Amino acid sequence: MPSPTVAETPTATPGPPAQRATTRSGRTALTFEQANRRLKWALLTPSLGFVALMIIFPLLFTLNLSLTDAFGAVNANNAYIGLQNFIDALTDTRRFWPAVWRTVYFTVGAVLLQTVLGLALAMLMRKAFRGMEIVRTILMVPLLATPVAIGILWLLILDPTNGIANHLLGFVGIPPQEFLGSVSQSLPTLMLIDVWQWTPMMTILLLAGLSTLPEEPEEAALMDGANAWQRFRYIILPMLRTTLLTALVLRGVDALKTFDIIYATKGPGGGSGFEAETLNVYAYGLTFDYQEYGLASAVLVLFTIFIVAIVVLLRRRTGRTSA
Amino acid sequence: MTMPSSRPSSWRAHGTPAHVVSRRSFGALAAAAAGAATLSACSSGPRTADPNAPLRIMAINHVWSQAIAEYLPEFEEQIGRRVSMRLLTADQLSNSYNVKLNASATDIDVMMVRALQEQILFTRNGWLADLTDRVEGDAAYDWADFQEAPRERSITAGTVVSVPIVTERPALYYRRDLLEDFGGAPATLDEMLEISLELADRNNGFFGYVGRGQRSGAVTQWSSFLYSFGGDFTIDGESGIGTPEAIAAYEFYGRLLAETGPPGVTNMSLEQAMPIFAQGKAAFYIDADAIYSNFLDPGISTVIDTVGFAPFPAGPAGSVPHNIPSWSLGINRFSLLQDDAWEFIRWISGPEMVARLQAGGIPGARQSAWDDQATLTSFPEDLAESMRVNAENGKGTDRPDVIQVGRARDIVGRPLVAGITGASVPPVAADADSEFSDFLIRDNRQREF
Repeated sequence: MPSPTVAETPTATPGPPAQRATTRSGRTALTFEQANRRLKWALLTPSLGFVALMIIFPLLFTLNLSLTDAFGAVNANNAYIGLQNFIDALTDTRRFWPAVWRTVYFTVGAVLLQTVLGLALAMLMRKAFRGMEIVRTILMVPLLATPVAIGILWLLILDPTNGIANHLLGFVGIPPQEFLGSVSQSLPTLMLIDVWQWTPMMTILLLAGLSTLPEEPEEAALMDGANAWQRFRYIILPMLRTTLLTALVLRGVDALKTFDIIYATKGPGGGSGFEAETLNVYAYGLTFDYQEYGLASAVLVLFTIFIVAIVVLLRRRTGRTSA
Repeated sequence: MTMPSSRPSSWRAHGTPAHVVSRRSFGALAAAAAGAATLSACSSGPRTADPNAPLRIMAINHVWSQAIAEYLPEFEEQIGRRVSMRLLTADQLSNSYNVKLNASATDIDVMMVRALQEQILFTRNGWLADLTDRVEGDAAYDWADFQEAPRERSITAGTVVSVPIVTERPALYYRRDLLEDFGGAPATLDEMLEISLELADRNNGFFGYVGRGQRSGAVTQWSSFLYSFGGDFTIDGESGIGTPEAIAAYEFYGRLLAETGPPGVTNMSLEQAMPIFAQGKAAFYIDADAIYSNFLDPGISTVIDTVGFAPFPAGPAGSVPHNIPSWSLGINRFSLLQDDAWEFIRWISGPEMVARLQAGGIPGARQSAWDDQATLTSFPEDLAESMRVNAENGKGTDRPDVIQVGRARDIVGRPLVAGITGASVPPVAADADSEFSDFLIRDNRQREF
């Protein structure tokens, strides 16, 4: 039974006023001993402080900034303008909404392709084969490189004039393409670069999921005469659904936030026609190119709400499926 | 239910009021301790620099920065303080200033800034120290020796906030071997277009003209076309990008790149366009004269023996290139070493050092250096002549003179992209003109500082 605090026995312990359980203000009191029993909190304080400093404070600061007309410098005398920045962002059909659309288009397209390819590769690598370790190592290579390095690498490969891609296409009679230099081809090209980099991640996640599946249901289906597709469609896929949804959430949130590759290849504003300007690139431009900190913060708050909403929806879906 | 405490009596002996802590006061104590620690770290009041602290210079990775590195020991000996120079790209440098100076950082003393890009904003933010008395009150420094256009650009809101160190004009880089049959470098923009159309063989990877095509990146080089067509970014404080002169300049530049330029040009800035000319794949290229050494570098260039340099060709309004202070030096207003920072600027931008640097191939802003033929010997003869001519005819800016230069360039650059991609320029220019007009009203309002 836990020992009671002095506060719980104000009259049980004779002695000086300090040893009785109330402070001068009459509030419930505890001694250092009891404080020590709350040692867990004392030990947690540094990490809680870190979280507060690094996550909660920036979030609150951004939220506060989004309600001001901050421009030029964040430490200037900024006036509160209510929700004006949110109204400006949500009524901006020239930059904000096209950026929202591109963010969704890029994320859905890239993640779907990664999922399909990742699942296919995971199925192929499910059973051990000779040279599997080498194949796995090669698959990991794109994951090891930094996104900026990958952006520059692909920029050189896809350069319309000096790049090797058009040189190779020329061998099979395909005319030179502009790739990242084209308004219409930029975003699909960036999606393919993202697919190239992140498909191995999907493969690893799904391979881990596949390795945990019991073999009996598949063997039973095989005995019943189910072909490979039927075993995949009706046995493996339903059992893998939870892993699949988790992988989708992880990769989806990450893809929504893609910045490095787009900025490294298309520069500020996502290209000359804003053709690859996603919400992240737009918010970055508002902050560092335009110094419109108030509006940029509002866009980031909206973006955060957008991401949280998607995660919550997917989590609910995952929960229902698991249930 | 109550129970006697099970604490040892020795603990109880210390149970004076000072040792009794309420839940709330326990939290308050922790918060106060954290707050005190934070406040002690951020305490204000008179602060002095550590005598052993280095003089910190933030600079762009530029030939100027690389050149001065070898002279820095001289200066360190002179002031008895170590100098630390950090080199970044232009964007990184600008972003670093935004992050650090928003927090009133003192770990930058000398700032390399683009007077035309960020000076007004930085002055508005109170980030640049006032240098007026320092430059004007020093006869040996000879402030009047600086060329007028760059000198004027050092002044914002009536105060000198920077000192120009590198100047820049556009140069027409051309292939002498290919232009022999045409009588050498073209004197007019129309001639250049005509020759470009004739020489371009785009299916086989040879282009008449290569230049910047990015929406924002192209604006500075396009400015010389705009001026030479008789236009300007603003006319009497109003938008000038919807005028017939501006539209003609947009259409001309668009046609030049669309019909004779390389594919994917709207994704090209200096870094992408320059190698195409350096690898012998274009007849003409107009860009900053400060980058000429790239074409004489055997590691990059295949046109070392065939590249020629010429002044900016004339348009309908003559040859009116820009002549700008591309990079300047200022002092961080929060610096604790402002006197030493000024000593550095005074030394590196003084008549002697500017002449030494210019003799090493870095065009400065002092007239005395330009008048001294010995400082021009490092430049190819035709380049030195084109620099002289362009400086004579040049205007002091190559972008809109506003606080939010980034946004202005994005607006002004839209019709450029339309022209390059083959779209009709007038409707896009009209739309951009309207947006730019609204922008200028807002920008003027922000200028009240």
